[in-house]
Amino acid sequence: MPSLFHNYDPGDFFDEMFVAPGEVRPHYRMLLQRAEGLSVDDFNRKRQIAERAYLNQGITFTVYNDKQEGTERIFPFDLVPRIIPGDEWRHIERGLKQRLHALNAFLHDIYHEQRIIKEGVIPEEIIRSAKHFRPEFMGFDVPKNIYIHVCGTDLIRDRDGRYLVLEDNARCPSGVSYVLESRMTMKRVFPQLFARYGVRPVDRYAQDLLDVLHHVAPASAAGDPTTVVLTPGIYNSAYFEHSFLARSMGIEIVTGADLVVQNDRVFMKTTKGLKPVHVIYRRIDDDFLDPKVFRPDSLLGVPGLVEAYRKGNVSLANSIGTGVADDKVVYYYVPAMIKFYLGEDAILPNVETFLSAVPSDRKYILQNLENLVVKSANESGGYGMLIGPRATKEEIAHFRGLIEADPRNFIAQPVISLSRSPTWCDGSMQGRHIDLRPFILCGEEVRIIPGGLTRVAMREGSLVVNSSQGGGSKDTWVLDGGSGSC
Amino acid sequence: MLSRVGDSTYWMGRYIERAENNARLLDVNVQMLLDFESRRDGTERQFWGPILSTLEDTELFDELHSEFTAAAVLDYVTFEPRNPNSISSCINYARENARAVRDQISSEMWEQINALWLYFRDGSAARDFRANSHEFYDKVTFASQLFQGVTDATMTHGEAWRFVQAGKFIERADSTSRILDLKYHILLPSGEQIGGNVDTSQWTSVLRSCSGMEAYLKIRKGDVTPWGVAEFLVCHDEFPRSIRFCVDRLDEVLHDISSTEEGRFRNEPERLSGLLRSQLDYATIDSIFSHGLHEYLDGIQEKLIELDIAFHRTYCAY
Repeated sequence: MPSLFHNYDPGDFFDEMFVAPGEVRPHYRMLLQRAEGLSVDDFNRKRQIAERAYLNQGITFTVYNDKQEGTERIFPFDLVPRIIPGDEWRHIERGLKQRLHALNAFLHDIYHEQRIIKEGVIPEEIIRSAKHFRPEFMGFDVPKNIYIHVCGTDLIRDRDGRYLVLEDNARCPSGVSYVLESRMTMKRVFPQLFARYGVRPVDRYAQDLLDVLHHVAPASAAGDPTTVVLTPGIYNSAYFEHSFLARSMGIEIVTGADLVVQNDRVFMKTTKGLKPVHVIYRRIDDDFLDPKVFRPDSLLGVPGLVEAYRKGNVSLANSIGTGVADDKVVYYYVPAMIKFYLGEDAILPNVETFLSAVPSDRKYILQNLENLVVKSANESGGYGMLIGPRATKEEIAHFRGLIEADPRNFIAQPVISLSRSPTWCDGSMQGRHIDLRPFILCGEEVRIIPGGLTRVAMREGSLVVNSSQGGGSKDTWVLDGGSGSC
Repeated sequence: MLSRVGDSTYWMGRYIERAENNARLLDVNVQMLLDFESRRDGTERQFWGPILSTLEDTELFDELHSEFTAAAVLDYVTFEPRNPNSISSCINYARENARAVRDQISSEMWEQINALWLYFRDGSAARDFRANSHEFYDKVTFASQLFQGVTDATMTHGEAWRFVQAGKFIERADSTSRILDLKYHILLPSGEQIGGNVDTSQWTSVLRSCSGMEAYLKIRKGDVTPWGVAEFLVCHDEFPRSIRFCVDRLDEVLHDISSTEEGRFRNEPERLSGLLRSQLDYATIDSIFSHGLHEYLDGIQEKLIELDIAFHRTYCAY
């Protein structure tokens, strides 16, 4: 019987599983042994079980096309896990904690003294022009001085296997529900393998998140806060996740229409009248939170919410204004921030980045567009992006125009050859590019569930892993032991 | 409980029950027509129009169809996406409401309702329907009952559960009145007597469609008469699909929601359900027939609509 990994070609990339054809990395050895006892039919059966489980549980996201109504799709899920040895994970964890401390210190500073500007580390212009900077909140003290409670930082590995930070998601990062659900699915599909592998569990996440939310509750809650998840509604693409988290924490999920503000206090409308709300885990962007303060046309928000927040009667996670920290131009300065606030070197380096706002960089970018990845400062989901080597002449010309018109809004990076992982595609194992989004929680202390969301670009050669662009996911296993232990 | 959650659980209960009752209604019509297949001397509209009248859907149907055929009616009530009350639409709405309150219902409930939705979406439902419509409608009915059973066995019997029950019983009371009314709309073939063979067999179908045949025979000792069936489906106090039974349960559950003693009222829905309950408690079949069965059933449907509006105003949109 030919093995599933027979003839697998790791190619000229950093492959997570194989050093070279037929030469497996030690922490994948047991997985390979298990796979050898599995026929393609067995494997397909397991895939069907997993797919059915996703469909039956309604683990879907909504895709919107032009004009068409949204359709629900399941997130493609690949059964080959991504495995991270314990020592490697400890390195990542240290780096992420360091980064989050620096980002929170930066946000406090930027909304108070702005020392980092005064001391010339970041130009004032960059902050002032950041799309998600909220000058309305200058001088405002957020509860417990925590700005980013939940952060999703995207990591990639380069050709040498080095972990690099690609971007931070400091507003409403999503995807953690897939981490938890895919773990449950894998346990169902490969029960014996799990028991022997020493995979660190992830199921603490909901409890940890609830602890964070309770930690920032206003004093008026008197130790018994009412905490809710605020969702844009069932048609939002991440609604499954919002409801999943509410269920896992045992708290209510609300829409803006369920909340009212009276005398600067927030209440939810219940069948027995109005009930006070103390902490809101909001999955709505700043812009839509309160039509009285931000976008007046927002139907998702709650009029008066921001004033209640200012008065300290309700806490929000994440805080308002954290978007300035995940602006891609500000990202460029994160290693400098780490140095500035913590006096340390960044444990996890950034990807080399050029700012088109800086004249010398801009010149370089415009001369090398066909070799670079260009990103606009505030887009996500794989939109607003140019991958030079894959782009047509017209696309390159289009971006050249965009950059020249608004240099502040673009950055460029060399094309990183992301690491690959064996992935089941069209009936065989093929190398596909992956990234990793760990979820960092900041409450009384910083906690990270081991692993995170491994996203995989299912299309051959593609570097774009976003679900809206045909990306899928894998379960991420962080092992108790180090790389040599399996 | 959030008002929105109350609203969604209530409608989830209603829609799943409505899907079931539409399946029952269509099935009974197919069964009734089988009994005089060879003697059908009327038009398709004569035989299938009553379904639409009883669902108050004639107008929309005629808008969508230039021709009146049995197949068109079956499709309209079963699959038509533009008919907000087609079985398929009901299942969509039930699932949508369930999705909005997934944090409140059990995973088992969700998976059951989602599986039913997938059954319609992936084309299996249409296939089963073409292969054998009777079995198909049975399957839909059973899926709904499975959902009710899973709900009872896995969901905390707290406030949200009571809202599901309120939705279920108000819908079922309404549906039973419509199924019973269907018989009124169906004409007997010429030459047939009231109480004759075809008439009796039609009343039998009505009973069957409410799963009431066996229960009825035990009580009535084999005597299927129009007034016997009507009395059973309107006034019986222990048969779970009779109008009286449904209204009794509705009244109870409304009183549970507000912790009000039965027989008293603290809000409008309780007053209306109490009123309707006592009307049914003291009704006799003679008084119903002298009033006119069709008119009587119409009256009940109107009162249920009032109740629905009052319920919504009290708990959801105050």
